[in-house]
Amino acid sequence: MAEETKFEPKIVAFLCNWCTYAGADLAGTGRNQYQANVRVIKLPCTGGIDPLFLIKAFERGADGILVSGCHPGDCHYNSGNYHARRRWNVFRPLLEFCGINPERIQFSWISAAEGGKWVETINGVVDTVRALGPFEGYQKINTIGPDASSESSQT
Amino acid sequence: MIEALRKKAEELLRSNTVDVIYGYGEGSTPERTRPVFITKPEDVNKLIWNKYCVYNLTTYLKRQESRKLGKPAIVVKGCDAKTIVVLIKESQIKREDVYILGVTCNGVGEPLATKCKACDVNTPRIYDDLIGEKIENKEIPFDERYAELDEYEKLSEKEKWDFWQKQFAKCIKCYACSSICPLCFCDRCIVDKNQPQWIDPSAHPRGNLSWNVTRAYHLAGRCINCEECQRVCPADIPLNLLNKKLAKETEKNFNYRSGYNIDDELAMATYKEDDNQDFIK
Repeated sequence: MAEETKFEPKIVAFLCNWCTYAGADLAGTGRNQYQANVRVIKLPCTGGIDPLFLIKAFERGADGILVSGCHPGDCHYNSGNYHARRRWNVFRPLLEFCGINPERIQFSWISAAEGGKWVETINGVVDTVRALGPFEGYQKINTIGPDASSESSQT
Repeated sequence: MIEALRKKAEELLRSNTVDVIYGYGEGSTPERTRPVFITKPEDVNKLIWNKYCVYNLTTYLKRQESRKLGKPAIVVKGCDAKTIVVLIKESQIKREDVYILGVTCNGVGEPLATKCKACDVNTPRIYDDLIGEKIENKEIPFDERYAELDEYEKLSEKEKWDFWQKQFAKCIKCYACSSICPLCFCDRCIVDKNQPQWIDPSAHPRGNLSWNVTRAYHLAGRCINCEECQRVCPADIPLNLLNKKLAKETEKNFNYRSGYNIDDELAMATYKEDDNQDFIK
């Protein structure tokens, strides 16, 4: 493996417990294959995703991020995904303004019944980010100078 | 105008309507002003008003030291008055707990501050008393208000990244930007939280990016463009560009302008079922 030079992107997926996580689970129970680059983090609701989580994922070496939750109207807590959508509407352009390619942070609505859509989405994210290459800019700022964080990403 | 201001201040203090006046006073040189806190009617002559009154005094509404002085009357320009609207909406102060001395303003700073270039609040939109001749507020088109962003928005992804990395590299994490901000009022800021350490506290590029992005993001739909963060930044980081970008997106997506209308719901505390979701798969 040490000789391996082919780039495999690290994707962090923030999923809501009620829809997308269950959708991903369905993909698994249905024995659907998808690319294994994704690390799933389950949260109660997309409304609870602080944009700082996304920055943190990049700090810890993610090349791409997927944030996914219930379709509008389906939120287990009624309005969490609507609030989340508002935040993303301003956070995404902010990152873009700072020079972060918006393709590295993708958003989707995937319900518990959409195992197929999960497979399709995650494959899409992995392919896009693989084509973009490693997030060198961010990895460079992570490692300049003495490493201040003892928990910095180790692979 | 100064006479009218002093007269009104004296009247307010004598009648015990307020306990203290937050206003502008003379600074160490004629081009500088400083905040003054007048508690005695005989001191009202310390109050001044001129084109060097750039500061946003509403920042003292969040400080324990000034709150201790009692109910304030505060001298505000049109831009600063927007802060009070946000503070009221966010339940930080009650309307009746602050007496607003609005001053009409034709722009401050020498040279003219950036915030004044597309000003549409020469006369404050909220006040108890208006000092100075009323000026008709202009209507400025969307594009013109955010014109400052154009040259940065058209840069390529790499140019943007390099530009901001160069800017953020100057950050020394002094947090002057959040100390001065009248809307950064959390008792415990996210940078102080270290279990886990959300934002790297050292002045390292990694933490500098997350701090500056987070600071700006926490003002999304709230910043009223007083530009104080940028003015106080000892490293001259153009912080207001980030704030302005967020204001632009908030207005574009939610048709909301912070501090303009006390009846509007706060943009980030509400939602609409038909909010934009073009980017969501």
